[in-house]
Amino acid sequence: MVYTKRLDGRKIDELRPMEAKAGVIPNADGSAMFKAGKTTAYAAVYGPREMYPRFLQNPKIGVLRCHYGMMPFSGSGERIRPGSSRRAQEIAMVMTKALAPVVDLSAFPNAVVDVYVDLPQTDAGTRCAAISAAAIALADAGIPMKDMISSVAVGQVDGTVVADLCYDEEAYDAIVSDVPVAMTHNSREITLLQMDGEISKDDLIKALKLADSVLDKVYAEQKRALKERFPMDKGEEK
Amino acid sequence: MSNILVKDKDIVIPGETLAEGMDYLPGDNTYREGEKIFAKLLGLAGISGRVIRITPLAGPYIPKVGDKIIGEVIGMTMNGFRFNTATAYSAMLNVKDASSRFIRNEEMNSLLSIGDSAVVKITKVTSQNLIDLTMKEPGLHKVTGGRIVKINSQKVPRIIGKQGSMINLIKQKTGCNITVGQNGYVWIKGTPDMELLVSKAVKLIEEKSHQDGLTEKMDAFLSSQVKDAPVQEAPANVEGEQ
Repeated sequence: MVYTKRLDGRKIDELRPMEAKAGVIPNADGSAMFKAGKTTAYAAVYGPREMYPRFLQNPKIGVLRCHYGMMPFSGSGERIRPGSSRRAQEIAMVMTKALAPVVDLSAFPNAVVDVYVDLPQTDAGTRCAAISAAAIALADAGIPMKDMISSVAVGQVDGTVVADLCYDEEAYDAIVSDVPVAMTHNSREITLLQMDGEISKDDLIKALKLADSVLDKVYAEQKRALKERFPMDKGEEK
Repeated sequence: MSNILVKDKDIVIPGETLAEGMDYLPGDNTYREGEKIFAKLLGLAGISGRVIRITPLAGPYIPKVGDKIIGEVIGMTMNGFRFNTATAYSAMLNVKDASSRFIRNEEMNSLLSIGDSAVVKITKVTSQNLIDLTMKEPGLHKVTGGRIVKINSQKVPRIIGKQGSMINLIKQKTGCNITVGQNGYVWIKGTPDMELLVSKAVKLIEEKSHQDGLTEKMDAFLSSQVKDAPVQEAPANVEGEQ
């Protein structure tokens, strides 16, 4: 049996409906919400601020530090114990590495920019939603960035290369693999690439090409959210 | 062939292409890579002649020599005071830069103590962002009474307005004394209800800072608010106290 029709009726290169909003957390220096289908990520950026513990400070350049957390009843399975876990630490690390290449903190030695991402509702693709939200939040906080980062998961379900897998697809009873990808917008450099499951070399190449094309849609949504952050009063459009 | 891709006062996001070709020059907060000019910050694009620059709409305060800021004393050492500057870096005010009088070590508390705020000026910033301050020039003094509100430092020019038009309007309408620090701290002193109104006005300017005709809007806002509050007497008292 071949996977021709997707479980939620999408086309194979169709993303889940996205929604992004910047400036959702007033107390943060920058913040954003990014929603893809039933996955929602809230990102809050604080800083640049003094870094503690002090031995982590870098006197040459500011440090970017990410935090990731799924909320206790955010998934469809068991309650998730709040706080850090092996998985949360790993995702926080890959998020930092995905965002660091575009963030320019050379003007802030010894300081830290903290990015906190929490997911109140999840349905696969959380690290991608987290990275997309964090990129908007960093831009909203006015942190110098060379480029935007957009992220999406691609993968293979029973031999069919698809974009933006939902949880039911990841749990599909066949050979499945999911490949989260994050890319810079202008230079098209990959800053995150992980893989879970099994995928052939040809399918992987196909999946990455698919990611490259669908990421423009994620970028368009991020751009829209940032521009809508500064609305003009009615009758003032130039 | 050169091609400009944004209009003046467009909102641009980091990494957005601003222009193609070598006829344009990258200004503040932009960079050139290959033939193209990209934005480095979220802000308003500005085109003046061949130069494209970005005015940030958000972002941290970057300390500069000569800036007047409002800071809070967070620590005392043998020879001075340590200030919080609303950045990732604290600043030092040496006792000999704090007063023209000779201050003995035991008397340092009479000048400033922990928790006090003061209007100070930056005299030195190192590459590691170590900041030195002075309080010896006219207009620099300890903050007494009133309230301090925090806004984003990038909106400070809008609070002040062209040649101080905005701040003078607010001062005149409410009778409050207002001091704006470049780091985004605004010290307001007047009657309690007017202080509240000014802090509302300041927050409103912060929110609408990217729009045109802000001074007129603020004029309308303050006129509608001040109408029902008898304030004509109050400003005189405030002036008299000082």
